Amino acid sequence: MNYNWDWGIFLAAEPGGTGSYLKYLVVGLGWTLATALAAWAIALAIGSVVGTLRTTPHKWVVRLGNAYVEIFRNVPLIVQMFLWFFVVPELLPKDLGDWVKQMPPPWGSYLPAVMCLGLYTSVRVAEQVKAGINSLSRGQGMAGTALGLTLGQSYRCVLLPQAFRIVLPPLTSEFLNVIKNSSVALTIGLLELTGRARAMQEFSFKVFEAFAAATVIYLLANLVVVLAMRALEKKVRVPGLISASQGTGAH
Amino acid sequence: MSGYDFDVIQRSWVYLFRDGMSFTLTLTALAMVGGIFFGTLLAMMRLSRFKALGLIAGGYVNLMRSLPLVLVIFWFFFLVPYIGAWIIGAQDPVRVGSFLSCLITFTMFEAAYYCEIMRAGIQSIPRGQVWAGYALGLNYWHTMGRVVLPQAFRNMLPVLLTQTIILFQDTSLVYVISATDFLGAASKVANRDYRLVEMYTFVAVVYFIASYSLSLLVKRLQDKIAIVR
Repeated sequence: MNYNWDWGIFLAAEPGGTGSYLKYLVVGLGWTLATALAAWAIALAIGSVVGTLRTTPHKWVVRLGNAYVEIFRNVPLIVQMFLWFFVVPELLPKDLGDWVKQMPPPWGSYLPAVMCLGLYTSVRVAEQVKAGINSLSRGQGMAGTALGLTLGQSYRCVLLPQAFRIVLPPLTSEFLNVIKNSSVALTIGLLELTGRARAMQEFSFKVFEAFAAATVIYLLANLVVVLAMRALEKKVRVPGLISASQGTGAH
Repeated sequence: MSGYDFDVIQRSWVYLFRDGMSFTLTLTALAMVGGIFFGTLLAMMRLSRFKALGLIAGGYVNLMRSLPLVLVIFWFFFLVPYIGAWIIGAQDPVRVGSFLSCLITFTMFEAAYYCEIMRAGIQSIPRGQVWAGYALGLNYWHTMGRVVLPQAFRNMLPVLLTQTIILFQDTSLVYVISATDFLGAASKVANRDYRLVEMYTFVAVVYFIASYSLSLLVKRLQDKIAIVR
């Protein structure tokens, strides 16, 4: 292959004046993680509520939850990103919209990216939580009712603690997906890891070094998450249960 | 916000569908066929009794599944011209159109996901079927092609189609290399006429209708072909 490799490029200064390219990419990883973690918090909160509501006996609540899931699942992530970035500020009251539009970079892209990824991921979390609750035997909920617990109490004390343990592995792959999906935020100008690798390629013309570095950093991040989640699974495991269910996960 | 102008959609929908949507649909269809083909091969490699093949396929699948699609699109966009030059022995990177580049990217990327589906499909077939094939004197390829894979495809058809809906949505990411798919076409019109709100809302609605109706069809198919055991 006729390509002049130059791995020394990572120590060269990037044109923005913040230091070396290596540092530039590592800061990018920081933004990737900051976006993914904030979005994950939103996704976990909303997803748990929606997923739980979809298993309740109230028909119209279930329908509403289903509609929410279908809307966010059937529109591509990048289109949702554009909706949050270009469309939502226009639909807000004028003052608020102007404030959002005038936020200094990178917050002007960070906030829409987090909202978008959070809601996009929340429906996937909702699906997993629902599947987890449905995988429990019906007798668990009935036993709760027989003990005199209210619906809310039997969810909180009986069903959810078991369901969350069951769906921990698929939730891990959802978290990995948030990290990967945060790269789509580069389309609205957030300089996260992929965005910075792309920018580095444009400044230095070192295409393959830049993308190779990003690739390695993503793989390391994946590895850390997988190991951490495995430790968590071990910690919260209920003795005597076979923890089954492997997640495949979309992207 | 100075009022909506949905007229822009009426002015541009022919362009959006003729140039944009046809790109998206062609890319989806070809990448699905290629992805399922290579995915099935990868799955057979992963399940093969030759450990080396399994390691190579497993490494490839895990690598693809750990990387963001956007990064993979960039990789192939820059890599394909060099690979092309290497194959035909040219000195300089060859020029590759954005469609071909996208097609190679999505075929290779989705193959990793289709592989996992096909692997589950193949593993769902009772081992006795394979033994029966060998007992009848069929070789590996005949046993796979005539006995195992037809059943695996049938069992996994709904999942394969669901993955294709995901692929259909994912193709919108070719925006990052400025290809004119449905979203790319809409974004060009949006920026030219400064009608971002109308165009992106329209794009979202079209994608929603397409994906949602496809997913309903898949659900129907699932009920229809489910084998009662």
